[in-house]
Amino acid sequence: MVENRPWLTFLSHSVLMLGVLAVAFPLYVTFIASTHTLEAIMQAPMPLVPGDQLVENFTQVLTAGSTKGSKAAGATMLVNSLVMALAIPLGKITISVISAFAIVYFRFPLRMFFFWMIFVTLMLPVEVRIIPTFKVIADLGMLNTYAGLTVPLIASATATFLFRQFFMTVPDELAEAARVDGAGPLRFFWDVLLPLSKTTMAALFVIQFIYGWNQYLWPLLITTDESMYTTVIGIKRMIVGGDAANEWNLIMATAILAMLPPALVVMLMQKWFVKGLVETEK
Amino acid sequence: MAEISFRNVRKSYGELEVVHGVSAEVADGEFVVIVGPSGCGKSTLLRMVAGLETITGGEISIGDRVVNLLEPKDRDIAMVFQNYALYPHMSVYDNMAYGLRIRGLARSDIDARVRRAAEILELGGFLERKPRELSGGQRQRVAMGRAIVREPAAFLFDEPLSNLDAKLRVQMRAELQALHRRLGTTSLFVTHDQVEAMTLAHRMIVMNAGRAEQIGSPLDVYANPATTFVAGFIGSPPMNLIPSERGGRPVLLGVRPEHLEPCAESEAMMTVDIDLLEPLGSDTLVYGHLAGGRDGTRVAVRLHESVDARTGHLAVRYDPAKAHFFDPQGGQRIVS
Repeated sequence: MVENRPWLTFLSHSVLMLGVLAVAFPLYVTFIASTHTLEAIMQAPMPLVPGDQLVENFTQVLTAGSTKGSKAAGATMLVNSLVMALAIPLGKITISVISAFAIVYFRFPLRMFFFWMIFVTLMLPVEVRIIPTFKVIADLGMLNTYAGLTVPLIASATATFLFRQFFMTVPDELAEAARVDGAGPLRFFWDVLLPLSKTTMAALFVIQFIYGWNQYLWPLLITTDESMYTTVIGIKRMIVGGDAANEWNLIMATAILAMLPPALVVMLMQKWFVKGLVETEK
Repeated sequence: MAEISFRNVRKSYGELEVVHGVSAEVADGEFVVIVGPSGCGKSTLLRMVAGLETITGGEISIGDRVVNLLEPKDRDIAMVFQNYALYPHMSVYDNMAYGLRIRGLARSDIDARVRRAAEILELGGFLERKPRELSGGQRQRVAMGRAIVREPAAFLFDEPLSNLDAKLRVQMRAELQALHRRLGTTSLFVTHDQVEAMTLAHRMIVMNAGRAEQIGSPLDVYANPATTFVAGFIGSPPMNLIPSERGGRPVLLGVRPEHLEPCAESEAMMTVDIDLLEPLGSDTLVYGHLAGGRDGTRVAVRLHESVDARTGHLAVRYDPAKAHFFDPQGGQRIVS
């Protein structure tokens, strides 16, 4: 379509630029705040050009945490977040792909009942079942452990449903060809279904990595030991009281650290993402 | 190499029986085509041989083994599917080698077999490609290659040419014939296309509504259809079936369109009011209905010369030796 309406172009570009500014400005302020001393950013107005404290602030945050509030080191928290953000998608993908395989390719009693049971749990977010879940995890002695952080979040109806939908589009003849070729169900699953699901898995991984990384309420409840804090919780724990009592420069540096990994994952996995959308390998 | 035999084979889905007792023999090295309209049970029959459907009643044996309860992989068969069913993520080479690897063949043996099949099917230049980078005809050949490398006792083809365009279909038909001459493997081929059946088959099984209506060589089936269904299904346009009388009994008179020849009005055995002409170059198809009170039965005539359509009528006669008679009730052939 050829369109030559300069005013419309100007208008649409202006709207887009305003939108970008609205999103980008707070991020910019966060970054600027992480490069100054506390005294500098407490002045009004706050400086809008980078200061000279970047290295000092980040070193302090990564190795020692804040001096008030939480003293958990940023490096430890990043590791904790990473463990959580990796364990959740990997666990979810593993469990969902297997249960979807069972539901789509096997006939067993109450098959549809189980499918609907899984499906119904879609309607129960963590927040709704958080008290009983907390009780279970506490009784199992899993407070302040990686297992406690990740296991309750691994079961996933969404991912199971997604894989089910994908498997249903795989032609039956493929399974039959594999049977004639002599591949048993697990061989077929491993050699044919899993390679075909690669792009679906990549998409799910990205979404669930961010989901895991950004978990707030659950880790807030079950981690009381500073060494088990995740980055997101760490930020909250660094804020102790009134405005002046907080080391905002360090908090902002931690916020930057918390934002980087999800952004990286999205950027690195983008190719796969697009591939999954554009290519239909069936 | 092996013969396949069906002994009163039945298939039901719950209450619904879709194959009502088919018995047939496929000799060693024979190419047998199962042909019939959609829903006649022909694919079901083939899938029962493959082991992809359970057999409700009767027996199927391949070679001297009854295979009713054997897994597909233990039946020593290879199958070619309508949509090829190639593994999309594997190269052509891996697609062909996959079954052999599962069987645990030596790497060198697998390589030799795959290269030989690729050479037979002229796929040598495509071994590293993925199926999506191939044309329809090439994919079809890979699917056949996957069957060939197995060196099975029998090939099963489930409408393998249906997804190809008309020109490619003719070409692949010829290649299939050449392939069968070269390998001589017992083959069962399912199709709804009677041209494929006529050209490929040593013998054909014409199926209708879950029954084998007639089993015989293509020319025999064409020349002596056992029922009105076969008469109407094999041949294009199909055999004309005209209500008639013979020895005081009502019968259906069957005459092939090419056996009706134009003649002078005086010696006409029937007159056709022309509705439509289809000039095909080599010959002309005339579609019309019977004139003269015989309640407008539709008739097709194949003429070897062009016809003047403006007359509106065509007087025709036929050689009584080439006429067939069928029972108007059951549709069975009346042997005179």
